[in-house]
Amino acid sequence: MIRHKEEKYSREQIEELQLERLKPLLQRVYDKVPFYKKSFDDAGVKPSDLTRLSDLSRFPFTVKQDLRDNYPFGMFAVPMEEVVRVHASSGTTGKPTVVGYTKKDIDTWGELMARSLASAGATSKSIIHNGYGYGLFTGGLGAHYGAEKLGATVVPVSGGQTQRQIMLIQDFKPDVICCTPSYALNLAEVGEKMGVDFKSLSLKVGVFGAEPWSENMRSEIERRMNVKAIDIYGLSEVMGPGVSCECIEAQASPHVYEDHFLVETINPETGEVVAPGDPGELVFTTLTKEAFPLIRYRTKDISRLNIDKCACGRCMARMERVTGRTDDMLIIRGVNVFPSQIEHVLLEVEGLEPHYMIIVDREGSMDTMEVQIEMSEKLFSDEMKELDSLANKIRHDIKDYLGVSAKVKLVEPRTIARSEGKAKRVEDRRKI
Amino acid sequence: MKFKQLSVFVENQPGRLAAVAKTLGDAGINIMAMTIAETREFGVVRMIVADPDAGMKALKDAGFTVMTTNVLAIEVPNKPGALGKVLDTFTKAGINVEYMYAFVAKKADAAILVFRFDGADKAIQALSGTDVKVLSNAEVAGLEN
Repeated sequence: MIRHKEEKYSREQIEELQLERLKPLLQRVYDKVPFYKKSFDDAGVKPSDLTRLSDLSRFPFTVKQDLRDNYPFGMFAVPMEEVVRVHASSGTTGKPTVVGYTKKDIDTWGELMARSLASAGATSKSIIHNGYGYGLFTGGLGAHYGAEKLGATVVPVSGGQTQRQIMLIQDFKPDVICCTPSYALNLAEVGEKMGVDFKSLSLKVGVFGAEPWSENMRSEIERRMNVKAIDIYGLSEVMGPGVSCECIEAQASPHVYEDHFLVETINPETGEVVAPGDPGELVFTTLTKEAFPLIRYRTKDISRLNIDKCACGRCMARMERVTGRTDDMLIIRGVNVFPSQIEHVLLEVEGLEPHYMIIVDREGSMDTMEVQIEMSEKLFSDEMKELDSLANKIRHDIKDYLGVSAKVKLVEPRTIARSEGKAKRVEDRRKI
Repeated sequence: MKFKQLSVFVENQPGRLAAVAKTLGDAGINIMAMTIAETREFGVVRMIVADPDAGMKALKDAGFTVMTTNVLAIEVPNKPGALGKVLDTFTKAGINVEYMYAFVAKKADAAILVFRFDGADKAIQALSGTDVKVLSNAEVAGLEN
């Protein structure tokens, strides 16, 4: 369902609004944030150099390291008394990146998250089970405020305590669930183990995001949880969840909410803007954020933009499923490998549970990749030749699809850690 | 008469076989015979227990991947030449043995051979004209006492 009039804008209307919002933004960040003044000056550009949208490509990028260098509040464009909330990214190395919101930012975010939930089919009558983690991570509170804005009933479960979550779903009868896709599979597995028939539950739609996932995973979740699975995208630096979301009508890639975020795709090596339809790294400029505006922020997420009008009526660019992150990308013996590609191969195997771990190591000067797969009842045979041919088939399919050979190791069930939020799929033991 | 063998997937690591044994021990299930097929990474533990259904449940509850496989349990005299004679019957009938193992029954004058075939029915048929005894579930269970 469509919540805001901007969602129905034509490409021309969208671009007109973007230009109108971008001009004062560039001036504001130049005046208020020392980082942008220096970065624009170094690149030899002035805010007034922008007269058309395409002029944006002359402006410098902002990268994650810039946010770290200005830790914690150096990138804020308003005095701290106007900041009503902060969130921080789940940085595993070093300091997290901190983002701030004014009262108006929180309101905008709630509206965009409400728009996302509405486009996924939720209404003010919905009961929304929110399994995203609450806290510094933007997922929990982001979805929460959106659900409230929509007027729905929100169940703020957060992550973990999986059996209890199943019980709450049985008892509270939510029609919408929000969580990471890997946690959705964990819920399905635990539910099945508890003897729960998901067909008998009230869930209709799942809004899943915060980590890359695949079409195979979507059909797996839809089959096991008996829901329509909707892809939502966001990152804390840009706002949080609700930067883009799929529509229930087409379920064909998330629409970027371009009235608030200007999206570009660039060649990650040269930094040049690529045409819609060509794969590239997503780059966002926030158009309406007050406390933490970002100019040309490089996400490291690889995608492709589609600006054709969608079946739902929106003209807002759809970003094809993020196939990987430039920093998730593994280079194995010189070949670029994304964990999502390995997942694609694995989920083609009948009976294979979507629990796997990729272990990369180096023996001498040779990179090695081992893919661990849990033995399920459906895969098991008591004849060694059957198990051998299973491992061989997977090995062959990986080689075929990726051009890189991997060792396939069959492991006992439930020995690979389950997701309580974002799934960890790769362990890189190489010391380079 | 086909007999249910338990097959369990275990990683080739210290303590995994012990975990299987402990699970069955705690459930009061006696292992009458056992064989392991192994690779460098993992193994399949195949077992004959008196109550395969209870064994299956105990192992499943403990989180193991386990299945039952239909095998043939045959009683032969515990004497030189007895195995060769049975195998000869299968060779003549063109039946391939996937794997087999043997154990000695308590009464000691008999040995029990456990066979896994691609087609067990054909094997039973081949044995029907001989004096070899194919054991039923109850008879195998009875060997425990």
